[in-house]
Amino acid sequence: MTEEHHEELGWWRKYIFSLDHKVIGLQYGLTALSFLLLGFMLMILMRWQLAYPGEVIPWLTFVLIFIFIGFTIIYLAGKNRPYLALNSFIFFGIAGLIWYFTTGEERLPGGIMLPEFYNQLGAMHGTIMVFLGVVPLAVGAFGNYILPLQIGAPDMAFPRLNMASYWVYFIGGVLMIISFFLPGGAAQSGWTSYSPLADINTGQTMWLIAMLFLIMSSLLGAINFIVTTVQLRAEGMTWFRLPFFVWTQLITAFLLLLAFPSLQIGAIMQLLDRIAGASFFIPAGIIQGGKVLEYAGGGNPLLWQHLFWFLAHPEVYVLILPAIGIITEVITNNSRKPLWGYPAMVYSLFIVGFLSFVVYAHHMFITGMGTAVATWFQTTTMIISIPSVVFLAVLVFTLWGGSIRFTTPMLFALAWIPMFGIGGLTGLPLGLAPPDIHLHDTYYVIGHFHYIVAPGSIIAFFAGLYYWFPKICGHKLNDTLGKIHFWGTLIGMNLVFAPMLVQGMAGMSRRLYDGGMEYDHVQPVMFLNEWMTWGSWMIGIFQIFFILNMVLTLRKKSPTEDNPWEATTLEWATSSPPLAHGNFETEPVVYRPPYEYNVPVNGHIEPYLPQHKKVEMRD
Amino acid sequence: MAFCGLGLDISVSNPLLVMSDPHNNLASNKNLHYVLIGALLLVLTVVTVWTSTFSFSIGVSVGIALIIATVKGSLVASYFMHLITENKLILIILFFTVIFFIALIFLPLSDTMNTVGSPNVY
Amino acid sequence: MEIPFTINERPDTGLTNPKFGIWLFLASEVMLFGSLFTSYIILRIGSPVPPHILAWPIQSQELNVLIGAINTAILIASSVTMILSWVALKEKQFKKFKLYMGLTIVLAVLFLVVKIWLEYLPKIQHGHVMSTNNFFAMYYLMTGLHALHIIGGIVVLAYFWGPGAKMWESNPEQFTNRIEVAGLYWHFVDLVWIFLFPTLYLL
Repeated sequence: MTEEHHEELGWWRKYIFSLDHKVIGLQYGLTALSFLLLGFMLMILMRWQLAYPGEVIPWLTFVLIFIFIGFTIIYLAGKNRPYLALNSFIFFGIAGLIWYFTTGEERLPGGIMLPEFYNQLGAMHGTIMVFLGVVPLAVGAFGNYILPLQIGAPDMAFPRLNMASYWVYFIGGVLMIISFFLPGGAAQSGWTSYSPLADINTGQTMWLIAMLFLIMSSLLGAINFIVTTVQLRAEGMTWFRLPFFVWTQLITAFLLLLAFPSLQIGAIMQLLDRIAGASFFIPAGIIQGGKVLEYAGGGNPLLWQHLFWFLAHPEVYVLILPAIGIITEVITNNSRKPLWGYPAMVYSLFIVGFLSFVVYAHHMFITGMGTAVATWFQTTTMIISIPSVVFLAVLVFTLWGGSIRFTTPMLFALAWIPMFGIGGLTGLPLGLAPPDIHLHDTYYVIGHFHYIVAPGSIIAFFAGLYYWFPKICGHKLNDTLGKIHFWGTLIGMNLVFAPMLVQGMAGMSRRLYDGGMEYDHVQPVMFLNEWMTWGSWMIGIFQIFFILNMVLTLRKKSPTEDNPWEATTLEWATSSPPLAHGNFETEPVVYRPPYEYNVPVNGHIEPYLPQHKKVEMRD
Repeated sequence: MAFCGLGLDISVSNPLLVMSDPHNNLASNKNLHYVLIGALLLVLTVVTVWTSTFSFSIGVSVGIALIIATVKGSLVASYFMHLITENKLILIILFFTVIFFIALIFLPLSDTMNTVGSPNVY
Repeated sequence: MEIPFTINERPDTGLTNPKFGIWLFLASEVMLFGSLFTSYIILRIGSPVPPHILAWPIQSQELNVLIGAINTAILIASSVTMILSWVALKEKQFKKFKLYMGLTIVLAVLFLVVKIWLEYLPKIQHGHVMSTNNFFAMYYLMTGLHALHIIGGIVVLAYFWGPGAKMWESNPEQFTNRIEVAGLYWHFVDLVWIFLFPTLYLL
């Protein structure tokens, strides 16, 4: 491809401020996984309170577990891989945070959680998981690393913009963590930050500033992804030869590009309400602590909700579309069959992407919405479920008649189908206004969206990590540990989220710091709180298998084969890991669609036909 | 208006000239073209201020102001930003952006008009 | 390594990467300012109607239409000089580019000067700030965010006029494309003002 002589980059330019999409993808991946772990720990603290309200929290146990993992990593990394050992600091850091959270008098006096701190945990768990965990992993990590490889490009269209996107995200993440240490603590008005509470509650200012950074990072990244996908496809890579993963990243990028600005504006307005005394979302006469607050008034709290949800609904498609892309890659590869209905999948993506902008107020059915507007949003919400069903149907049809290989990534992908099915189906009563009146702000909602994000997106990311791990380091993750990880995670997740649906239908409200103790109507389902907490511990324990699996695999030297899964897409057409500069030795040329598994070629069945392989067709 | 006619004539034929003349040797022609659009924009600014001095009902005032602003904006977008000769892909993306923009304006608006009670308290 | 289509157009799309990128950015900016206009409409609908003192048309009378119109003219003029500076580069007339680009920057700075010294400061001294009422809050927010975009534009244009102009020597085609991309951004900023001015000052 090029004969350029590259001068050797210094350590900082090579590993920290790299312009290489692969390095940036790994940076995003490591940071996002760390934030997922932090968000998980916040949930563990919440779930203690819900199962054992008013009891002293066993903080030392949690801290010791993390310290133990940290030291195990150092031990396993050994002298061979000192940089690998540095990852232990993530665990020491989280251990430190847990210690800080649980031993502070403003948070847990005497080890017993205050409601204010529970609310902080709730708001930050959601924020961290969505904006610092899932999206950066789905788009920043998987997208950044895999997309240029799958289209046969040497890098992203704007490498410096790519690097900037990562560091702006990083700053946003640091600000979010810092917010815990500020007077009054972190945001505590829910990740949804409804006005007027969020306008006057503590902790919100830093949250808003951090969001401005995070939104900026997503916008810059979205531009990069779209330009790269359109402009840098290799020769012969026509639109309908793109791997479906690339399509999902493209549509996701459009959602980020066009939906995030509304929250950017909303966040700026809420910030101005807080620091400049504006009244964008504040009606006059608000009373706090018995005192009337000095605001000019005239604001509209529902305006915040409109601006927020205009983003946040497309945002949930941002959470799931890359996951669908990953699952498609894994299922086609492990069914050894072409994708059953590739055009149907692509057109469904367009429909989902388009409709996602006009369904958002199904989150607002109980705001006094008139019937005309409610009808609009119910109708569009029902329609948008159809393409999702198409995705599931196509994946099932792809499996049908395939030679299914039960590799670890495939286990996660197969489990994803029913899990996402449950998540989607439980959304239907929420998308219709009459049942939503009953279910809104109950645990049913939490169960619904967690089924989509946890047994949904997260399981898909595990599938992707197991699938693409050999690409990034030349070794597959250990299969036995992977299977243990899979079963523990799947069962644990169902143990946590299925009861939520039951509790919600019984009427248990969300965001109650004492788990519903005060309410008569939830007493019959209170016992589930303890089950769910045990389920969350189960999930946590089984992640240790995954973490150690990664460390054990990363510390291996000598990469093995380039294409262990016998896949057809372009990312497997280069070395594992790919070349540092330019990805491919020579620019690939694409001759066929992406999933040509077990197709007839020249009179015999070819087990897999890579996209870039030139074949003389003898008719 | 004479200026309008002149501006439009040049712009309709110009794309063809641009395509056959990629290095834009017709420099002064193009420059004049842009200056004329600029002058038209200034005239329309005066018009919009002038029409605002009449006491129409709010609906009519908003309508007139929006129409004039849209005309001005279209001139800037079509000629200064070259949208009139721009590539199809960009136009398609912008088309959908406009659709979503309309959704962004009209969905909250329709909800506000349709909502029971008014949350704005002064 | 060379990223393809940074300077040359990709045949099947007819676009360079930077041009495509800036249009995507502008699409997101349409949604950004669209959110502001939505907020304006929603908040105004909920506000009193004339002759109540807090009615937005009444409050809007505090704004000086003449100054606003002059600023509109300044920005339109800067849009013209901006496009002329790009045409100059296409004609390989670097000195003309410098002249027109310089004028663009001067006009942009003039816009800001008028806005800050003739509009913002007097209003603040009169006690009209963001916390006064929602009309002023929206006024400051919308024009303020727009002004931030102007400042960003000035920084970029000044860079291209000054140190960045060295690229004309080494890579004139890429430099010309950069000016075109900057111009697209600048025209968009003008376009936003074309809608902001009647909304805030006239209605």
